[in-house]
Amino acid sequence: MKGEKIRVLIAKLGLDGHDRGAKIVARALRDAGMEVIYTGLRQTPEQIVETAIQEDVNVIGLSILSGAHTHLFPRLMELLKENKVEDIVVIGGGVIPEEDIYGLKKIGIAEVFTPGTNTRDIIEFIKKKVK
Amino acid sequence: MFNEEEIKNIKKSREEWGNNAIKNTFERFSERKDKFVTGSGKEVARLYTPDNLKEFDYNRDLNFPGEFPYTRGVQPTMYRGRLWTMRQYAGFGSAEESNKRYKYLLEQGQTGLSVAFDLPTQIGYDSDHSMALGEVGKVGVAVDSLKDMEMLFDGIPLDKVSTSMTINAPANILLAMYIAVAEKQGVSLNKLKGTIQNDILKEYIARGTYIFPPSPSMRLITDIFEFCFKEMPQWNTISISGYHIREAGATAVQEVAFTLADGIAYVEAAIKIGLNIDDFAPRISFFFNAHNDLLEEVAKFRAARRLWAKIMKERFRAKNKKSLMLRFHTQTAGCTLTAQQPDNNIMRVTIQALAAVLGGTQSLHTNSKDEALALPAEDSVRIALRTQQVIAYESGVTETIDPLAGSYYVETLTNEIEKQALEYIEKIDKLGGAPQAIEKGFIQQEIQNSAYQYQKEIEEGKRVVVGINKFRTKEEIPKGLLKVNPEVERCQLEKLRELKKTRDNQKAKANLDALERAAQTETNLMPIILDCVKSYVTLGEICNVLRSVFGEYKESVKL
Repeated sequence: MKGEKIRVLIAKLGLDGHDRGAKIVARALRDAGMEVIYTGLRQTPEQIVETAIQEDVNVIGLSILSGAHTHLFPRLMELLKENKVEDIVVIGGGVIPEEDIYGLKKIGIAEVFTPGTNTRDIIEFIKKKVK
Repeated sequence: MFNEEEIKNIKKSREEWGNNAIKNTFERFSERKDKFVTGSGKEVARLYTPDNLKEFDYNRDLNFPGEFPYTRGVQPTMYRGRLWTMRQYAGFGSAEESNKRYKYLLEQGQTGLSVAFDLPTQIGYDSDHSMALGEVGKVGVAVDSLKDMEMLFDGIPLDKVSTSMTINAPANILLAMYIAVAEKQGVSLNKLKGTIQNDILKEYIARGTYIFPPSPSMRLITDIFEFCFKEMPQWNTISISGYHIREAGATAVQEVAFTLADGIAYVEAAIKIGLNIDDFAPRISFFFNAHNDLLEEVAKFRAARRLWAKIMKERFRAKNKKSLMLRFHTQTAGCTLTAQQPDNNIMRVTIQALAAVLGGTQSLHTNSKDEALALPAEDSVRIALRTQQVIAYESGVTETIDPLAGSYYVETLTNEIEKQALEYIEKIDKLGGAPQAIEKGFIQQEIQNSAYQYQKEIEEGKRVVVGINKFRTKEEIPKGLLKVNPEVERCQLEKLRELKKTRDNQKAKANLDALERAAQTETNLMPIILDCVKSYVTLGEICNVLRSVFGEYKESVKL
C-alpha cells in the first residue's frame, strides 16, 4: 500500500435515512488523505459489494441505525466470500447494541464503532488494518 | 423600551464597568475561554443590556399572547388554559404490541398518541418485499393493510384521542386507513383530531424516506390539504419539520430558515392548484427540535413564530388569524443523547423539554435515556413522560405566559435568529425556492458543513460533551434494552398471505386500476385511495401503482 491512497467505500446499508454519521466519517477519512466513495441511502448488500469491487476499495464502512444489522451484515459478508474479496476490511457504525457486536465480529466484521466514537479512532484503525 | 437618554447613560456606565470592574478582574484572572458561543456556535457577549435593544418596540416585536406577531405564544392564556399535549412517539413490532404500548402510555397520563411506522411502511413496501428484509417492525410498527391499522387502534376511541402519524411519502394511504378505522368505530370525520407529517421536502433534505420525485409528491400533499379542508376541519394536514434538519446537524438558525422555506414552498404549491390561503393555512403545523442550549432554543421558537406570522401576512396576504399562527410540536434532540453514561440523558432531556415549554410548544415528545443504544424500554419511556409531568406540575414555569420575554439576552437572540433565518430564506428564494435549493444540494451542503464543524469541535475538545470528551468513566454494558420480537416479520408475512387469499380480489384489482387511471390525471387522489384501502388493497400495492405512474426519486449526493 506504500504511497497509494487507501480507498474506502462508505455505505448506508438498509432503509434508514440517518446519514449524518456516514457523511461525517466520509469527510473525516477524506481529510485524513483517503480516497472515499459514498453510496447514498438505501443500499442492499448486493449493491454495496458490487460497488466495492468496481471501485477496488480496501475498506467498506457500513452505517446502519435501523436495527436490521443482524440480517444485513451477515448477507454482505457472504457476498464478499462468494465474490472472493474477503480481503476487504469491513467496519460498521451506528446504533448497534453491545451484545450484537460479538456476533458481528465472529462473522468477520473487523470493528463496530458506536455513538460517541472519535473519528481519529476510525482513521487510526483503518491505517493499522490496511498496510 | 427605553428612551435615548437612558440608553446613553447605560452605555456610558457600561463602558465604565468595562474599564474598571472588568479590567480589575482580568488582572487577577482571565475568563475561561477566549470566545463564548451558543450551542449553534453563535458568539455570545459577556453581558446584555438595554443597549442591545435600542430599536425594541414592545407592540411591534412582542405584542400580547394570541396577537400578531405571536412572539409570546399563539393562545391568549397559553398553559394557564391548557397544558401542552404530552405525546410520546411510539411504535414497534406488530400492531398488537404497539396497541399495547399505546394503551400503557394513555394509562400513564399521556394525552395524545404518536405513531411510529417501520421503514418498509414509510418507504411504501409491504413486509414481503425484498427491500423489507430485516427491517419489518424494527423502528416502528409494520402496517401493510387496513387490517393492521384496525388492530393498531383497537379499543382506542378515535373521537377521544388525538393522533399524530409520522408518515410522509405514503401519507395519503395511512390517512385513508385512519379514516377507515374511524368510520368502523362510528366516528365522523369532522371529529378526528391529529396530525399527519406529510412533509416530503425535509425527507429529501434530511430524513430519507422519500419515494416519488418532488412534483407528484407535492401534488399528493396538496390533495391532503384540499380533502381535509372539506372533510376534516380539525386535522393538521402537514407538520413541516425542522426536527430532522436539526438532527442532521443544522444550527438553530438553519433549522428555522430551512423549515420556513419548506413551508413557503407548500403554501405556494397549494395556491397554485387554486386553494385559498385562509382555507388551508390554519391547518398547517410545525415540528421543531429542542437542543441543549436552553436560551438559544427558547429564542429560536419565539423567532420562528414571529417570522412565520410576518411571512403569512406580508408575503401571502393571509387574513385569518389562524393562518398566521405557527403552532408546533417539539421533540427533544435525539442527536444529543449519549450511549456513554446513559442516565445523563435524563438531565439533557429535562433541559431541552424545559426549552420547548418556555418557548411555547403545543405538544411535546421527550426522548428516553436509552435511545442512543436501542429503541426505548418501557421504564425509560415512563421516566421521559414523568419529566414532562414534573415540568408541567412542579417547576412553576407554566404559571405565567412567556416568562423569559424582556430578557435582554433572549430578546437579542430572538432578533438575531429571525434576521439570520430571513437572510437564508432570501438566498433560497434567489435559488428558486426550497425544492430547487434542495435539488442543487444547497440546503444539504449547508447542513453537512455545520454537522462536520460540530463534530470537529467535540473532537478538539472545544465543545464539551459530558461523558464523551470529559468526565468519562468505565462503561458498564447496559441492561434491559428493548429487543424487537424476531417473530414479527414471519407473522406479518403470514397475515399478508392470508389477506390476499380472503379479500375480494376482483374489487381490489378494480380499485387499483381506477387509482392508476386517476393518478395520470390531476384529480384529487384521496377518494380513490380510500376505496383502495377499504377493499384491503395493501400499502405496497398502492405505492407500486403510484411508482409506475410517478417514477422514483434518486438523491444526488455531494460530500
